Amino acid sequence: MLLFLSSGLFLGWSLGANDAANVFGTAVATRMVRFRTAALVTSVFVVLGAVISGGGTTETLGQLGAVNALGGSFMVALAAALSVLWMTKAGLPVSVSQAIVGGILGWNFFTGSPTDVGSLIKIVSTWVACPLLAAGFAAVFYLIARAGIRSCRIHLLELDAGTRFLLVAAGAFGAYSLGANNIANVMGVFVPAFPSGSAVIFGQIRLSFPQMLFLVGGLAIASGVYTYSRRVMMTIGKDLFRLTPTTALIVVLAEAIVLFLFASQRLEGWLIANGLPSIPLVPVSSSQAVVGGVIGIALARGARGFKLSVLGRIAGGWVATPLIAALIAFLGLFVLQNVFGLTVRLPGQ
Amino acid sequence: MRGLFSRTKLLESKIEEYLQHTSEAGLLFREAIKNYLDGRLEEFEQRRRQVADLENRADGLRRAIERQLYVETLIPESRGDVLGILEQTDEVINCTKTALMQLSVEQPDIPDEFDADYLELADFGARSVQDLVLGIRAFFTSTQTVPDCVHKVAFWEKEADKVAERLKRRIFETELDLSRKIHLSDFVMYIDSLSDQAEDVSERLSISTIKRSV
Repeated sequence: MLLFLSSGLFLGWSLGANDAANVFGTAVATRMVRFRTAALVTSVFVVLGAVISGGGTTETLGQLGAVNALGGSFMVALAAALSVLWMTKAGLPVSVSQAIVGGILGWNFFTGSPTDVGSLIKIVSTWVACPLLAAGFAAVFYLIARAGIRSCRIHLLELDAGTRFLLVAAGAFGAYSLGANNIANVMGVFVPAFPSGSAVIFGQIRLSFPQMLFLVGGLAIASGVYTYSRRVMMTIGKDLFRLTPTTALIVVLAEAIVLFLFASQRLEGWLIANGLPSIPLVPVSSSQAVVGGVIGIALARGARGFKLSVLGRIAGGWVATPLIAALIAFLGLFVLQNVFGLTVRLPGQ
Repeated sequence: MRGLFSRTKLLESKIEEYLQHTSEAGLLFREAIKNYLDGRLEEFEQRRRQVADLENRADGLRRAIERQLYVETLIPESRGDVLGILEQTDEVINCTKTALMQLSVEQPDIPDEFDADYLELADFGARSVQDLVLGIRAFFTSTQTVPDCVHKVAFWEKEADKVAERLKRRIFETELDLSRKIHLSDFVMYIDSLSDQAEDVSERLSISTIKRSV
């Protein structure tokens, strides 16, 4: 069991190592928040988000392709992890969300399972919507913050203290949203391969089997945060984008809201109940949300230093990542089935 | 969290105290010059000692502020600018202390006809310090008013330069010995240096304000 889950756990570890930096990178790099605080808050809230709210995005991925055998799930997650590793080593922007979608599509092609085009369109459209929404939120928050700071005449030191507090709070929200939105990338492909039902853990808490998977995945993410994210945080905070603590707070808040919007089943239910168009529950890239947020702030400041090349790199990632993951998944499934004789798809699907 | 905000309030009060010392040094400087020109040497010496005491206390406050900013890693983006401004402001207080000390040691014999000009020069120096302090306070709370304060400091500095030049020319047009002319001219320079130093700080303040955009 653990062997099959290992690829998902590795994906979870790399998500924690890389994406935690999107939540607390600038705060830690500028020494507004200590790494220990950032790691603890991220770990706790990622696990909470994964267990409490991780079901929505998992369902959407399941609609795209129900990978119903552990062998298949293992290879899909491994394909995603390998494509993330390959793109990272090549210095290209990569999204775990897009890699896992590519992996699922690879499984669909290999097993001859039909791909739900409606789900695919829904998923791809959110990849475009995610950075755009983040840019919009960030621009609005920036203008509000700028007007508020000027009119309230807050002392620089009080602003600093308040920003630290809000960075931790926004970081907690960001980590919760990350867990809720991205746990599907880590454990979503294993859910169809597990039976339904629930069990009691620690003698008191009843969790469904998917929730238990999310808990394990969340702990894998937390381990990535503690063991590797510090290095990535210092890179993101200093080298990638030069943000002030206030603009970093705005970017984190925008990213957290966007990820939450694409993960919250309650919000979806409320929108549907009130006759409003619902927001699809899809795993989206926190890195792209951060880039969108930064672009939003740049535009709000008059588009000074705005680089179209950044948008070009993101768009390139949208195409390259799922393609590479699909290819690796297809080849890997072939090897698993024909060389190792493992079942990658159960009949009847 | 409460601890962070209470430490922040304490630091704010230290910075405010430092600025008050600077402002007071400027005012005492002008009064001390007036006392000297009026021949009230006892009062002059008292004010000179007050300025020296203020300078010592300001030094201690500045070091404490510096230490707290670094130890608690406060205001990481603006810390360098804030400390630079405070260090340069220390030079303003030093100017007042040095000028008064030189006056006390060398005791120049200033002819009565130049009293008004010396006093006007000291007055412009004091005004430039007051507006500088207002500008530094605004830097911490409302950066929109900093340019106005910087402009005023620059204005007082220009006026001080005009008075300094006029005074030096008048001194060297007299029949006094060259040594006495040079001695009197030195004191023009000492008093004029206060507004010059204030303007240097205000220029740095102006740049730091531009950097401090959200």
